[in-house]
Amino acid sequence: MHSAAAAAAPIVALTDAAKHFGAVRALDGVSLSISPGECLGLVGHNGAGKSTLVNVVNGGLSPSAGTVAFPASGAGSALGAGVRSVFQELSLCPNLTVAENLRISHAALKGLRWRGQAREEIAQALDQVFPGHGIAADAPVDSLSIAQRQMVEIAIGFAPRGTEARLVILDEPTSSLDAGIAEQLLSHIKRFCAAGGAVIFISHMLGEIFAVATRIIVMKDGRVVADEPAGRFTRQGLVDAMGHVAPDAAAVEAARSFGETVVTTPEGLTARRGEIVGLSGLAGHGQAEALARLYLGATSSWRAPKAAPMVFVAGDRGRDGVLPLWSILRNATVSILPRIARRGLVDRAEESRIAADWKARIGIRTEDVTNPILSLSGGNQQKVLFARALASDAPVVVMDDPMRGVDVGTKQDVYAMIRAEAARGRTFLWYSTETEEVCQCDRVFVFRDGQISAELSGADITEERILSASFEMAEA
Amino acid sequence: MTLFARYRILLPVLSLAILLAATFYMQPRAMSYFGVNLLFNLAVPIALATIAQMCIIMVNDIDLSLGAFVSLVACVVATFLNDTPLLGLVILLALVLAYAALGAVIHALDLPAIVVTLGMSFVWGGLALFILPSPGGSSPDWLRTLMTVKPPFVPMAVVASVLIAGITHLLFIRSGLGTVLRGVGGNARSVARAGWPVIRLKALAYGCAGLFGVLAGMALVGLTTSADANIALRYTLLSIAGVILGGGEFTGGKVSPVGAVIGALTLTLAASFLSFLRLSPDWQIGAQGAILILVLTARLLFTRRDAQA
Repeated sequence: MHSAAAAAAPIVALTDAAKHFGAVRALDGVSLSISPGECLGLVGHNGAGKSTLVNVVNGGLSPSAGTVAFPASGAGSALGAGVRSVFQELSLCPNLTVAENLRISHAALKGLRWRGQAREEIAQALDQVFPGHGIAADAPVDSLSIAQRQMVEIAIGFAPRGTEARLVILDEPTSSLDAGIAEQLLSHIKRFCAAGGAVIFISHMLGEIFAVATRIIVMKDGRVVADEPAGRFTRQGLVDAMGHVAPDAAAVEAARSFGETVVTTPEGLTARRGEIVGLSGLAGHGQAEALARLYLGATSSWRAPKAAPMVFVAGDRGRDGVLPLWSILRNATVSILPRIARRGLVDRAEESRIAADWKARIGIRTEDVTNPILSLSGGNQQKVLFARALASDAPVVVMDDPMRGVDVGTKQDVYAMIRAEAARGRTFLWYSTETEEVCQCDRVFVFRDGQISAELSGADITEERILSASFEMAEA
Repeated sequence: MTLFARYRILLPVLSLAILLAATFYMQPRAMSYFGVNLLFNLAVPIALATIAQMCIIMVNDIDLSLGAFVSLVACVVATFLNDTPLLGLVILLALVLAYAALGAVIHALDLPAIVVTLGMSFVWGGLALFILPSPGGSSPDWLRTLMTVKPPFVPMAVVASVLIAGITHLLFIRSGLGTVLRGVGGNARSVARAGWPVIRLKALAYGCAGLFGVLAGMALVGLTTSADANIALRYTLLSIAGVILGGGEFTGGKVSPVGAVIGALTLTLAASFLSFLRLSPDWQIGAQGAILILVLTARLLFTRRDAQA
C-alpha cells in the first residue's frame, strides 16, 4: 500500500524552496514531496523553520527561491489543490456561528438555502472527526470552549467545502484537546490517509507523532536534517536529531553560593539573591506570561514604592521596550527619573552623567546620546534597554527573551555584564528561546503547557535535558 | 441564567418597551396613529444613518463623518435632485462610490479610520456649504409623498422601521456575503487566509455605509422639505450610540441591524419622553446622555452576570 501511494503523483512538491527574511534564512533550501496516503510528522525546535515551511506549502508565503508545485491536481494555488491548514493560534471568527465560519472558507455555498447546507456539512464533518462532540452548528464560536473551537477548526479543515481536502496541515492540533478527543483526531487522521488523503502533522507530543505518522521529517535551522519512514526513528533518536550536539560546553563556573530566596511564584518558580534563573521550553508555553504576571504583580499598584522592586527588559522592543520618539539618553534614564529628581524636577546634569556612564560601560555605539533611539541598530537599542534596567537599583531583573535579533558580539558583552551584575547580588529571571543562552543560567525551569515540567541546575543544564523536558515524553 | 447573553436583542427591545410604556403613561394621547407617527417620524433617517454606521463598525472601524455626509446628501437632494434629477442621481451615486473608495484607501494604506473620517467630515461639510450656503432648497415631490404616506392601521414610521430592520437583517445577517463581511470584523486574517480579497470586502462595507447614508439624507429631506448644511451633524454621535444601544460592540464584528434600528428608535423616543417630562431644553441633552449611560450600564451588568453564571 505504501509503495502504491508513493508511485502516485505527489500532492505537493517543493524543490529547493527557500525563504529569507532579511538576513535570516527561515527556510534554507528544502526539497520535499508529499504523496496521497502519507501522514508526515514534522518536528523541530523553536525557529527550526516549521511554520515557514507550512506557510510556503499553503501559499501564505511565496518562497524567495525554489518552486512549489501541486502535481496531483495541476492547480496553480494551494487553495485550488485542496491544501488546508489548521493553525495553532485560533483562527475562527468568534462573532460568527459554527456554520457561518464554514461559509468563510467555503465560497461555493450560495443561494438562499446556504445556511441549511452549511449546518449540515459542518455537522457531518464534526460527527466524522469527533463522534459525540456535542457542538451545535448554530452556536456562536465565542460561546464555545477553547477545545471546542479547536475541534471546529479541525472539522472545517477536513470538511469537503465544495471540492475535497487533499492535504490537511495540522499545526499543534492537540495542544488544547484532552486525551480522549486527541485520540479521536488521531484515528480520523489514519482513516483520512487510508482513503488517499495526506496530512502534515506538527506536534511536540512525540507519542502522537509516532502513533500517527508514516514518515517523519526533522527540521533544524531552516533545513531538513532527517527524512525517514517513522519506523526507523526511536524517541531518543528523534530528540538527538532535533538538537545540536552541545557546542563547547559553556564555561562551567565553580558553584556559587546564593542568598535568600527573593522571588516565588504560584507556578513554583523561585529565585535566590544573586542567581541567574532561566525559563526555557518551547515558545508560547507560558514563560512570557509567567514573567509578565510576576512583574506586573510586583510593580503595578497605586502606591508604588519609590525604588522599584523589579525592572523589566523587553524582548519585543517595538511593542514594550523602546520609546521611539525619544533620544537614547531619555530612553536609558526613564527608569531612574524618580530617584534623580529634585523637588519633582529632573536633574538634567545627573541624567546626562548617568547616561554617559552607561554608554561607556555597556558600549552603546553612538557619538551622541541625544541622538534619536531609532538611529541605533537593533542590537544597540537592546543595549539601551539593558542600560535602562541596570541603571536602576532594582534587585530583581526580569528579561523576556531580550536577545531577539541581537548579533553575537553584543550577546557576549551582555552575558558578561549579566554575570557581573549577578555577582554583585542582583537576581535575574531570564526567559530565552535559545538554548545557548539558557545554558548560561545557574538554574533552569522548563515550561510545558503553562506549567513547569522540569527544574534543572548546574551540570544538568544541557540542550538534551531541556529538549526532552520540553517535549511530551511521559507515556514512553 | 444566560438569557441576556444568548439573546442580545432582548435588552434593546426591553429598553424600548419600557421607554415606550413610560411615554404612553405620561402622555396617553400619544397612543394613537397620529401620535406614534409624530413620535417616530424623525427616527427613520436616524435609523438609516445608524445602519450606515453599523456597516463601518461591522468591519472594526468607526465613521466620524456620517453626520456631515448625511447633511451633504440632504443638500444635494434638496437642490440637484429636485431641479435636475438625473444630475442629482449621478452625484449621489458618486458619493456612494467615494465612500467605497475611502474604505479601500483606509485598508490599503492601513490608516486609522477615525482620523480619515474626521478629516472627511470637513470635506463633506465644506461641499454642503458650497451647495447650500444658507438653508433652503426643497424636497422632490415624490420623496415628500413617500415620507408622508399614510398606510392603513400602522403609521409610516413604524412600517419603515420594520422594513429597514428586515431588509438589513437579510443583507447583513442572513446572506452569505454579509456573513463574510461580519467575518472581516471578527478575524480579518482568517478571512484573508480563506482566499477573500479583504480590500474589496472593506470597500463593500464602506459602500453600503455610503448607500445607507444617502438613503438617510433623502428620508430627512422628505420629512423636513428643505435642507441646511448643518442639518444632520448630530447624526454622527446618534448613529454610534444607536449601534451600541442596539447590542453592537465597537470591535469584533458584533453588530445587529435589528438592534441598530431599535437603538435609533429608543434615542428618538428618549428626546420626546424628556419633553413630556417638561424638562427644560437646557437639560435635555444631558438627560439623553444619562438614559444612554443607564441602558449601557444595564447591559454591562447583565452580560457580566451571565458570563459568570
